[in-house]
Amino acid sequence: MTVSDPSQKHQRREHGLMLALVSPALLVILLLIVLPVGWLAWQSIYHDGFTLENYRRVFTEDIYWRSFALTFEISLAVTLIALLLGYPLAYLANSVPKAWSILILSLVVLPFWTSVLVRAYAWLALLQRSGVINQFLRYFDVISEPLALVHNSFGTVVATVHILLPFMVLPLYATMQKIPGDLMQAGASLGASPSLTFFRVFLPLSLPGVLAGCTMVFVLCLGFYITPELLGGGRTVMVSMLVSRNVELYNQFGAASAVAVVLLMSVLAIFFVVSRFISLDRVLGQK
Amino acid sequence: MMRISPARIALYAISALVLVYLILPVLIIAPISFSSARFLTFPPPSFSTRWYQQYFTNPAWMQATRVTLTVALFTVVIATPCGVAAAYAISQSKLRIMRVVHMALLLPLVVPIIITAVGIFFVYAKVGLVATMPGLVLANVMLGLPYVVISVLAGLQSFDPAQEMVARSLGMNRLRSFFAVTLPQIKSSVVAGGIFAFISAMDETIVALFISGGQYQPLTKRMFTALRDEIDPTIGAISTLMTAASFLLVLLATTRQKRKVG
Repeated sequence: MTVSDPSQKHQRREHGLMLALVSPALLVILLLIVLPVGWLAWQSIYHDGFTLENYRRVFTEDIYWRSFALTFEISLAVTLIALLLGYPLAYLANSVPKAWSILILSLVVLPFWTSVLVRAYAWLALLQRSGVINQFLRYFDVISEPLALVHNSFGTVVATVHILLPFMVLPLYATMQKIPGDLMQAGASLGASPSLTFFRVFLPLSLPGVLAGCTMVFVLCLGFYITPELLGGGRTVMVSMLVSRNVELYNQFGAASAVAVVLLMSVLAIFFVVSRFISLDRVLGQK
Repeated sequence: MMRISPARIALYAISALVLVYLILPVLIIAPISFSSARFLTFPPPSFSTRWYQQYFTNPAWMQATRVTLTVALFTVVIATPCGVAAAYAISQSKLRIMRVVHMALLLPLVVPIIITAVGIFFVYAKVGLVATMPGLVLANVMLGLPYVVISVLAGLQSFDPAQEMVARSLGMNRLRSFFAVTLPQIKSSVVAGGIFAFISAMDETIVALFISGGQYQPLTKRMFTALRDEIDPTIGAISTLMTAASFLLVLLATTRQKRKVG
């Protein structure tokens, strides 16, 4: 034993205390998310011996392949629509006086605090054959036959965009707010038209927000379950539904695990790529 | 007055439409729930509270409500102190590993919930926690932790740790100085974090779909099944009540956070 330095001893106690404080939360995370996900990964490659059969099926069988393709398509569509709807709204919120921007942002986050189930119910009530929109249109003789607005990809996309739009608007607004107003004025004073300053100055400066918002929306959409299950009408089988069906209906735990692992890897890969461009804190909306 | 250009008018129009799209579904729930028809028919028929009566007199819905509230309450009671302790340690410690810990605590926000749900189901099946109350609470504690950690870390950012040092140099021990000096100043973030954890537990559906069963099924699981099989108008009433409850809680949480800032 060497002679222990009192300050070193103190520091060791300090470190010990901090680790003790963090351990209950960490234990919960380790037991309930790290262990389960590790279990899934293990189960996907091990069944009475090591096997890659589950992955072979995921990558070669038609249903799996189609489902992954559909999920990416829908996520891409949802992300683009959310960007197209969210950008003008964030822009407006950024360019009006404070009181108005608070009002706009409150309206944006208001649905955010409504349960996803409640909103699925609301969309069913609005979009069904006998729903509000169809009845409204028929009452005013716009249509004679009810439109098929739900139990298909259309209904899924409409409701999913509705749920994910706040995740687009908030990072966009946060980024836009940091763009100095002087830059626009400088552009204008140099003779550029408002649209030119927007496209040459404002838009490029807002791209980190676009990237953060798009990443969040895309990644969240990849794993969506409730909305496609309730509004997709069974035909829009997204990856998450593949996972749940393999568990609940077919007892194919290995296949479910493999699908889950591929989904998780896709999400992590996206986060990894994006983190090379912007800080992940920005994507997760902490700062 | 701002310059009114065609582009500006288009901007206002698009934004107004997007806001209607965002708000309409939330606003439509309450009128539907008070309509006597199974769905809001247009023009609306008579006013009725029959779906509320159905909710409050149905033992299955009431049992599910009790389960939801119990789970949410226990979640807050467990997740809040764990999250506060972790956030405090993360903000105070200079240990390199704390960055990893911080990231780990945010994992529930990153991993797609369906994967978490299936994973927990497999683990619970092994240890016999499926369809039990402790199993349900534990899963919700895990899911609620990030909200507490994020909220409390934000609160601690505007708190000067030197104050706690002063208290300790004056002879208070660490624990007492935390409760006497630090906690009162970050109280609003702690409360806000707790409220967010409560809402998260109240709304959680996907994990519950896999791991709950028997008499311990929360409201969301029964709602999901009811919505999938055949739309029961009682859900309109439940949705309205749930929405009102979470709006009230959010209002409470945000006003508390604002008071901290202002």
